Amino acid sequence: MTAKRAITLSINGRKYDVAVEPRRTLADTIRDECGQTGTHLGCEHGVCGACTVLLDGEPVRACLMFAVQAEGREIRTVEGLAEGEALHPLQRAFIAHHALQCGFCTAGFLMLAAGVLERDPEIEDEALRDVLSSNLCRCTGYQNIVKAVRAAADEMKARR
Amino acid sequence: MTGAAKGRIGESVARIEDPPLVAGRGRFAGDIGFPHQLHMRIVRSPYAHGRIVKVDAGAARAMPGVFAAWTHEDIAEVPPIDFREGRIEKYEPYRQYALARDRVRYVGDPVAAVFADDAYAAEDAAEAVLVEIEELPALLDGAAAPGRFDDAGRSTEADVVRQGYGEVDDAFAGAAHVIERELVVGRHSGVPLETRGAIGRYDAARDVLELHGAAKVPHRNREALARMFDRPLSGVHLFESHVGGGFGVRGELYPEDVLVCAAALRFGRPVKWIEDRLEHLVATNHSREQRHRIRAAVDEDGRLLAIDDTFFHDQGAYIRTHAARVITMTCGILPGPYKVPHYRATGHFRLTNKTPAATYRSPGRFESTFVRERLMDAIADELGLDRLELRRRNAVGPEDMPYALPLVVLGDDVEYDNGDYVGLLDKALAKIGWEALGSDLARRRASGEAVGAGVSMFVEKSGLGPSDGARVSVDTTGAVELVTGGASLGQGFETAMAQICADALGVDYRRVRVVHGQTERIEFGIGAHASRATVMTGSAANEAALLVRAKALDVAAELLQAPIDSLDIRDGVVRRSDSAAGASVTLGEIAAALAPTKKTLGGRAPGLSAEGWFHSDHQTYPFGCHIAVVRIDRGTGAVAVERYLVAYDIGRAVNPMLVEGQIAGGFAQGLGGALFEEFVYDERGQPQSVTFADYLMPTAREVPGIELLLCEDAPSPRNPLGIKGAGEAGVTGVGAAIASAIDDALQIPGAVTRLPATPQRIKAILADRG
Amino acid sequence: MKPAPFEYHAPRTVDDALALLAEHAAEDGRVLAGGQSLVPTMAFRLARPGHLIDINGIDALDRIEARDGALAIGALVRHAAFHRPVADGPLGALLSAVVRHVAHYPIRQRGTFCGSLAHADPAAEWCCVAAALDAEIVARRSGGERVIPAAAFFEGVMTTALEDDELLAEVRLPLLPGDTRFGFQEFSRRAGDFGIAMALAAFRLDGGRMREVRIGLGGAEDRARRLKEAEEALEGAAPGEDAFAAAAEAAAGAIDPMEDVSTTAAYRRDLVRVLTRRALEDAAR
Repeated sequence: MTAKRAITLSINGRKYDVAVEPRRTLADTIRDECGQTGTHLGCEHGVCGACTVLLDGEPVRACLMFAVQAEGREIRTVEGLAEGEALHPLQRAFIAHHALQCGFCTAGFLMLAAGVLERDPEIEDEALRDVLSSNLCRCTGYQNIVKAVRAAADEMKARR
Repeated sequence: MTGAAKGRIGESVARIEDPPLVAGRGRFAGDIGFPHQLHMRIVRSPYAHGRIVKVDAGAARAMPGVFAAWTHEDIAEVPPIDFREGRIEKYEPYRQYALARDRVRYVGDPVAAVFADDAYAAEDAAEAVLVEIEELPALLDGAAAPGRFDDAGRSTEADVVRQGYGEVDDAFAGAAHVIERELVVGRHSGVPLETRGAIGRYDAARDVLELHGAAKVPHRNREALARMFDRPLSGVHLFESHVGGGFGVRGELYPEDVLVCAAALRFGRPVKWIEDRLEHLVATNHSREQRHRIRAAVDEDGRLLAIDDTFFHDQGAYIRTHAARVITMTCGILPGPYKVPHYRATGHFRLTNKTPAATYRSPGRFESTFVRERLMDAIADELGLDRLELRRRNAVGPEDMPYALPLVVLGDDVEYDNGDYVGLLDKALAKIGWEALGSDLARRRASGEAVGAGVSMFVEKSGLGPSDGARVSVDTTGAVELVTGGASLGQGFETAMAQICADALGVDYRRVRVVHGQTERIEFGIGAHASRATVMTGSAANEAALLVRAKALDVAAELLQAPIDSLDIRDGVVRRSDSAAGASVTLGEIAAALAPTKKTLGGRAPGLSAEGWFHSDHQTYPFGCHIAVVRIDRGTGAVAVERYLVAYDIGRAVNPMLVEGQIAGGFAQGLGGALFEEFVYDERGQPQSVTFADYLMPTAREVPGIELLLCEDAPSPRNPLGIKGAGEAGVTGVGAAIASAIDDALQIPGAVTRLPATPQRIKAILADRG
Repeated sequence: MKPAPFEYHAPRTVDDALALLAEHAAEDGRVLAGGQSLVPTMAFRLARPGHLIDINGIDALDRIEARDGALAIGALVRHAAFHRPVADGPLGALLSAVVRHVAHYPIRQRGTFCGSLAHADPAAEWCCVAAALDAEIVARRSGGERVIPAAAFFEGVMTTALEDDELLAEVRLPLLPGDTRFGFQEFSRRAGDFGIAMALAAFRLDGGRMREVRIGLGGAEDRARRLKEAEEALEGAAPGEDAFAAAAEAAAGAIDPMEDVSTTAAYRRDLVRVLTRRALEDAAR
């Protein structure tokens, strides 16, 4: 056990003042100290992607960062995807295309896709499948996830 | 029968489960917390087999934030975990205690438990527990000669399970041809993306022991826990919230569940345990590992005369809640869709020093389908017959239905209810364009590619009874609540139930709240497993909804002064079917009219609610056919699946989109088991597949989209909705179909005798055959 | 899988980082850059650094520039930086071809090129590239700096010539001649997995003959290296099936393959043979 540090995390535009040991992962801190449990832990060694959040707009694995590293950065989690009651195009597409079953991997896929699409809405199918192969899903067999992200990408492109 | 309502049976409507899940508002076990809770961390055996010399938790107890540390002595009065179906005396010596008593029997076997203020401190303290073990030789081969299980001299062969009929030896003696094969299915398992979790809490104010994070079979587990802790049933309640996949491995009663309950009772503080992934891969049930030595006797035309299968089922270190379910299932379902006049299955139930094994999606069927279909291919190859023609010759036909066999599956006598197996095969072949596919593959092979196609056929089982009940009530706002003893593992259970209820009652499915996994809300339940939920719970829900409908119409007839036959319910409103306008009354108003204080109640029981039960003597036997097309890189040995078709007799699909989802997901797991996933051990019994970098689950790159042919030609005669289950249909035939396709791609008959067919094994096959 | 406790430092300058490394080297002070390799080992508690020196705040290390005929890659340059060619010519193209094999997109946002070398997993793609191109590894400590050639840098599985108090501050890759051809082949079980074997082939064609042949192998042995045996078979030869097969055979024979319960030495040799040939074929296209 080492001394806790007082840090401030900015998650979905809100500030959270917490005190954590340096070894406390960003994922655990988001979930426990900050109470945002939408981000999930599937493996804690950076393979499954269930813990994916956006850090200054880029998808990263929150289980591979320590909370103390994230001070001063903008963190976005699944709780921040919707705008009030209006679901994000990705969330609507996941529902419409049955891209989730148990829902445990869903937040990770949503944030991965959101980060990639916001940066590169013109992303081609092959590249998209490559990106989506970053995360594991055990329920769906992936095709509906790919379809949902493609549908959301098309909608997001059209909106621009 | 009913008027228009949204979400009727057969519609692919969006799931009611989805909104909270896409918004990150789910409540999985890790998300549950109570004030003053302790975090539990398990100390696990580092050896595969050994005598416990000493477990010293003194240093751990002294560490900051640690509340307590237990070894077996601290819970000596807690009995070992029993079998789900009840007492089976001959297996009792092989049960597991919550904490190991004298011996450890697999790497991962719990030997101590530490309780601390948070998970990080608990893990620190767990490292400080001194575990001294005298290492013993590890038994790692389920097919090798059995050893001694304990000091009393019991064998590691816990049982020999036999099923069969006819005069097998005579049949072999007189046969024109005898074909023999040795076939192995590798050890793998469900590995859901959410690890296990359990939160035990003792509500002293009400004297109730609570277990949160329950899944699959909450009522059964409640009974078991009540017995283990000597409490009345009303003093034990289980709570299921969101579950991150089950696949058969989550929801059984495990040592950790018992420990959080014991600790909550003893400490008077809630106790939370969340498994980590390293633990999961060694502590959660494994499955599938079997070695079969199978022989077929056939006549000149390839017709089966007899099958004789001797197999070794690698059970791992203990017999857990399933007892002999998987090995028995394997024996009972192995004949599959073919006529086998004489049959003998001998299953050796072997304990080894590996993680205990139990059910994983399509248990006994993924394995037996691989074995049986490999055997059929072998017969065809040896006799020079087309592999499909051989299957046609041997298939049970629609004219043979119902087709009873003196075999037992899940305690039920086997009786295939209906279906045309060859008919489905033909449809599948037509859909994939088998002839054109064959020519194309031949052309590609001629130009140097290693490509091929394979087919598997199988019979599934679903709808395990014997009974289920459900309660439907409509409140005064017109909202409907359906309370079931079922469980949700993420498969869309709530939506399917809501659709069935909505269809029967005449409401929009989105107005139906489905309750499951809460023992406080309903007294009985068999949970969700064995593809039974839609069949059993759905049928019960249908019953209950129809009773509510009848009661509503009875009251409405009075209120509207109209004959009951003239009334219909549309979108929760009762009106005369012959006039869109005119007098009407809502279900909510009817519920209000049925309040105990109202005159309108008449002689009826209060409330617009009813309980419905469904009883089934028999499971149903849906059937399917898989076709795989693969491409092999001869240089690396890698197998890529180019196309995959699943044809399945679903009986009747409540929500086709959900059925497709189940099949697609099942296929992905089957593909994992066929090509990638294996729990490997070294010679000392040290598990090698302990992270997601070694236990390889397929990604979006490895899993192609499947072509799906859902047939509703043969609704089940065993329930009023005609439903057969689909939870396991996608996985059952995958190992067999891919193996067959690999043979074809390599142009080496019988190449694949072992799963997973890894690149290294493919290279060895190529090297072997020159 | 929570890491063991450690003291955390976040210096803002290289000198501060080096001072911290010097001070804490004895208590297993480790550098934290991308963390994509280090943090998992800490989660397994296989690595238990007493001190983490987080260099992510040192802007001076996040630099990539061509200088003196080499591409200088600073310690904080992320894998993702190579998605688009960072330099004109074959080196930039090579790096952006290889980076697609490095883990997955989110890992590439954080993980660093230099960190990959310091971690020295024999199956890391950048280690293969560094070995094949004779990279120069710049190690800095409080007292000064030294340049370690790749061939001397990789000592074994997760083992390098770096001292406990040294920071791998920069890697220099030669800007390859404009007519250099290259091919990269990796075999892994799934997309993004560590390679079971990989081969990087590069050469120039001079009057129809291969010159300055480089064959780098990774994943198969306990460290990535250039395979002289295969290169010698090709130097001065004309590209073609026979030459490539001979080189592939030489490569397969020259290696001392790693072996474990799941992967045999024979299989690795097979892979090396196949991938070397394919890498050469790619380069020749």
